[in-house]
Amino acid sequence: MAPAVHLRTAVALAGRFPALAGVDLSVDPGDVVVLVGPNGAGKTSLLRVCAGLLAVTSGQAEVLGCDLRTDRAAVRRRVGLLGHADPLYDELTAAENVRFAVRSAGLPADTVDGALDRLGLVGRLRRTPAGRLSAGQRRRVALAALVARRPALWLLDEPHAGLDAGARDLLAALVAETAAAGAAVVLSSHEPHLAVPMADRVVVMSGGRVGEERPGGRAPALRAVPRGDAHVA
Amino acid sequence: MWRDAVLVAGKDLRIEARSRVALWQILPFAALSLVLFAFALGPGPRVLRQAAPGLFWLAVLFSTVLATQRSFAIESGEGTRDGLRLSGIDPAGVFMGKAAAVAVQLALLQVVLYAGMILLFGVHVRVVWLAVVASLLATVGLAAAGVIYGALSAGLRVRETLLPLLVLPVVAPVLLAGSRAWAAAITGPVSAGLPWLRILGAFAVVYVVLGVVLYGPLQEAA
Repeated sequence: MAPAVHLRTAVALAGRFPALAGVDLSVDPGDVVVLVGPNGAGKTSLLRVCAGLLAVTSGQAEVLGCDLRTDRAAVRRRVGLLGHADPLYDELTAAENVRFAVRSAGLPADTVDGALDRLGLVGRLRRTPAGRLSAGQRRRVALAALVARRPALWLLDEPHAGLDAGARDLLAALVAETAAAGAAVVLSSHEPHLAVPMADRVVVMSGGRVGEERPGGRAPALRAVPRGDAHVA
Repeated sequence: MWRDAVLVAGKDLRIEARSRVALWQILPFAALSLVLFAFALGPGPRVLRQAAPGLFWLAVLFSTVLATQRSFAIESGEGTRDGLRLSGIDPAGVFMGKAAAVAVQLALLQVVLYAGMILLFGVHVRVVWLAVVASLLATVGLAAAGVIYGALSAGLRVRETLLPLLVLPVVAPVLLAGSRAWAAAITGPVSAGLPWLRILGAFAVVYVVLGVVLYGPLQEAA
């Protein structure tokens, strides 16, 4: 099976400055990899490279079998990114935001209700414009959009930010389910006590490079054989 | 591309319907422009009637800049901008959808401005089809050109001030051709308006094709 992420000495620039300075990383389908490191270590840049939003200027870079240097459009259709800023339109309701995300990916909207239920967005919350939701509720809506789209690679940048304890537990369960379904998950975190227990591997980044790798805390029993029902466009 | 265009246009129009920026800001601005130009020209009804087509299209042009700015303000945040790029929507579909949403707003604006022209200047269109065709072609051209230059300036800090500088000179042919076609529709003869329709049509086709081809690279650059 081809790796979900395969980077070899990948270099990326943010403007004129190096964001990634020769990164080696391989993530298999069903893997959960947590990126840790200080501010400016390159975690967000690495996630944006994997999403096809930041161009790789040299090195080898493949995501979901597509070359990031020649076929970024195909990569974008198949990954899901939860960045620092959520991708919600303030005037649209929670349900409309999720529906737009699903329909824009060319998928039927029949997964929307289930995804909103899964994230606890029920009743009045669904009909509330996103601009009136709290930061944590907006994060849940953005996660619901990912659940409904079922991308083959989840890229989560500081996903715990703004979430309460219940939502953090829910996030951990979602990540485990996603990996069990065969999708790969790469997430960055400044809260190792929350992220490391979810991980198969912990990758320490510094200065735009990958340093050491450590085993994560995910229980072996949770590493089920991937069922392969993640969406593949 | 068409499915994507419908999706994007529906999203933009729904957002506009709820935020009511077009209703409470762009429409009053256009109406105010019409009134202020009329003040500047003085109370003579003959002068006002002669100038009415030009004033009408000048107000539409200024409103195009505002409508375009608003269209890109919807995705001014990093999250929504990245979300649209990651959505899988064909960039040509984004262009067509955004241009269609701007065009719908401009068309509604023109209906209100025409009513204002009747009230303020006592001007009536005699050849309705000529005015309608001229408006449709001009609206498509204005919306397409506006969205192209909106995308070009979207990622820049100076986008609010840069956009009028980019758009207004480029859409000057629409001001000229739209005014002449409407003058022919108001005072006749019809034959005087036909060459201007061809210019409006060519402008619309050129900018729609340019938008379909260029929007992807422009979206990346932003």
